[in-house]
Amino acid sequence: MLASWRHPAREVWQHLWQTQLWELLGNTLLLAAGVGAGTLVVGAGLAWLVVAYDFPGRRVFEWALVLPLAMPAYVIGFAFLAMFDFAGPVQTALRRLAGPDVRLPDLRSGWGVVLMMTLVFYPYVFVLARVAFREHGRAALEVARSLGHSPRRAFLTVILPLARPSLAAGAALAMMEALADFGTVSTFGYRTLTEAVYRVWTGMFDRAAATQVASLLLVLVLAVLGLERALRGRRRFTRAARAAELSRLSLRGWHAAAASAACGVVLALAFVLPVAELIGWALELPAAERARRGFGGLVASTFVLAAASALLVGTLALVLAYARRLRPSRVASGAAQFASMGYALPGAVIAVGVLAPVAWVDRALAAAAEVTLGHRLDLVLTGSAAAVLFAYAVRFLAVGYQTTETALARIPPSLDEAARSLGVTLRGALRRVHLPLMRGGILSSLTLIWVETIKELPATLLLRPFGLKTLAIEVWERTSESLWAEAALPALAIVGVGLVPLLLGARLDRGRR
Amino acid sequence: MRLTVAILLAVLAAVVTGPATGGAAGEVVIYSARHYGQEPAFDEFTKKTGIQIKTLNGDAGQIFERLRAEGDKTPADLLLTVDAGNLWNAARAGLLAPVNSAELARNVPAHLRDPEGRWAGLTMRARTIVYNSRKVNPGELSTYEALGDPKWKGRLCLRTSGYIYNQSLLATLIRRHGEPRTEEIVRGWVANQPTLINGDTKIIEAIAAGQCDVGLVNSYYLARLLKKDPAMPVALFWANQQTTGTHVNVSGAGVTAHAKNRANAVRLLEYLSGLEAQQMFADVSLEFPVNPKAEVNAIVKAWGPFKQDDLNVAAAGEFQAAATRLADRAGYK
Repeated sequence: MLASWRHPAREVWQHLWQTQLWELLGNTLLLAAGVGAGTLVVGAGLAWLVVAYDFPGRRVFEWALVLPLAMPAYVIGFAFLAMFDFAGPVQTALRRLAGPDVRLPDLRSGWGVVLMMTLVFYPYVFVLARVAFREHGRAALEVARSLGHSPRRAFLTVILPLARPSLAAGAALAMMEALADFGTVSTFGYRTLTEAVYRVWTGMFDRAAATQVASLLLVLVLAVLGLERALRGRRRFTRAARAAELSRLSLRGWHAAAASAACGVVLALAFVLPVAELIGWALELPAAERARRGFGGLVASTFVLAAASALLVGTLALVLAYARRLRPSRVASGAAQFASMGYALPGAVIAVGVLAPVAWVDRALAAAAEVTLGHRLDLVLTGSAAAVLFAYAVRFLAVGYQTTETALARIPPSLDEAARSLGVTLRGALRRVHLPLMRGGILSSLTLIWVETIKELPATLLLRPFGLKTLAIEVWERTSESLWAEAALPALAIVGVGLVPLLLGARLDRGRR
Repeated sequence: MRLTVAILLAVLAAVVTGPATGGAAGEVVIYSARHYGQEPAFDEFTKKTGIQIKTLNGDAGQIFERLRAEGDKTPADLLLTVDAGNLWNAARAGLLAPVNSAELARNVPAHLRDPEGRWAGLTMRARTIVYNSRKVNPGELSTYEALGDPKWKGRLCLRTSGYIYNQSLLATLIRRHGEPRTEEIVRGWVANQPTLINGDTKIIEAIAAGQCDVGLVNSYYLARLLKKDPAMPVALFWANQQTTGTHVNVSGAGVTAHAKNRANAVRLLEYLSGLEAQQMFADVSLEFPVNPKAEVNAIVKAWGPFKQDDLNVAAAGEFQAAATRLADRAGYK
């Protein structure tokens, strides 16, 4: 990426400056800020509801509210447009009832995009906040209550500040994801920097200039990460060993109804509605056609890739986070931050960025083999599963790192010292002290990477070997031709495969308590 | 330890799924950015010749990068993609080698293939005006330029200027009229405050529902919707019949510069331009066959014959960057 700056595309920059740079920056900042605020409010609010209170449906909502994470953002976007667009059933019915000039506000706008992304990305905050609230919850709440605070005040003055690192990490992930998104913003015709990257790339056939535009995004990411650190504050929040279960406050009457409704509405909008729309599309396909399209193979390859990616990236994240804990130097933390940045870059830029060095090494290898072994060698790495996994690591390390690191940070350093003074080796300390305490965090890290991998498109598409195809690719091939009926089944399968770790996680979680 | 296991697993996976291997006899390897409608023709080709076809689908811009990065080691023999601009760009970058085939020259009209023989169009699509047949009298319509007439204020639906087929349309207009005149045309559209909708299908649906009255789309999208619902109140109008002709674009293919199976690739290219395959294209994807001997599908036939812009479609690539800048200048988002 930095190499692209060897030849600054002065004309392109000048052109952008003259026509749209400010609009692009403004839109992009608005999007990131909107998604950050939206996911914080929705994610933290719902997490507190399901952790601290009891109300009808809470048991279901507690795990079901994570489900929207399994939905690719552009799929929910299409579903909303199909439903609420001028030509969609809702507005058509409205016009019939209330006259031909009745309009709903246009979804193809800044607030529409923010709404879509908030609905898909709030689970990042929800998942991390839930863990934090549970772990800090009881002790903090009891102390607060003994001082005469109401639960609401206790939440605002004690628990929220304690959970700040987790909330900041979740919101940062959501914002980075929003910055990197191309599918949704292009569907909604909302111009952001990422959209401009593609426009310069495909419209001007100038990939180098496009990459330079993408590096502007890096500046924004640094801002987001800085914001995250600032939100976290200088204080360190740790907890004493394993926290006791929070005793829930039972809600009654309209309070209970309101809590159920809040959870219900979010779940309905972010999950039930798009899934229903997908099922509707799938049913448009004749039954014979549906049966003919076996995609067991696609499910299997998606599954294997997701598992390998979760394992690889999850481990890398753990190593990075642990290294930073052992030697909290500037270099270690700088390396970790640098490695996280890939998450906020458009996937296609990462994919091409990975392709160049891989192909270079590959060709060098082939040339060396020809000289030494004397026979021709084909490319081994380019177009291989290894290259795909490498790209996943570049893209999703941030997800694993943020979740792992916040979990690690909650463990008091005194435990490390205690372990060491008892003569436990480093590895032993990790295995016997940290890992058990970080279980929740590692579980969320693996889950998030899994889900991200299933939804990933550009890197898989570009770097994959012949014959390797995932569900996301199948969906893309159909939707790029507007064939929604044919795309619906594999899209549902994506949601299905994404559910596996979510449900598994929920089970493990319940088993633990 | 777990890291070692993970890396071992990754390497294992790489070995098992295998790197791309070109070069085996009796196959042809395709990098394709066209994902619909060619399968029946491919199957038929394999049945006839015994040559196996291996395809890797991808996004046009990315496939281009992969082909370039792989250089002379690429396993790809044929590049198949939509939009003449993409083909032009690949040829410019030296990724395609010229093919000298009398058969190809016979099957594909000259303006739908590269003058230097590096690529050839295989299907043709027209980007033209569609309108709500209950609200618009076709007599009110004439040219792309005339959509800037104030009478269409608030009645026009367009895709964004970032959409490749719009870029190609603007590129052709620039080639025909020069930049200043084209910019005037685009400013005319913008002054009519078009509703921007990303998706040709969505535009047609919006016109049917009455959100707008006229729009610009690729012909096959309307054909596909009419096939499902013949009563849909949206009709097609051939733009610029009295002047330069309707803008057309192609999906097409070219043999790669480092093809290991060049002979097979040329053979496939010739087959795809032949009558049998062209007929399949016409019926499956509802595009226009490039081969004049093949018949268009009945739905498409109902629109009648039309005069097409006979500029070489390579113009779409040559002026594409200029078109993108022009759209930005004119405020066409």
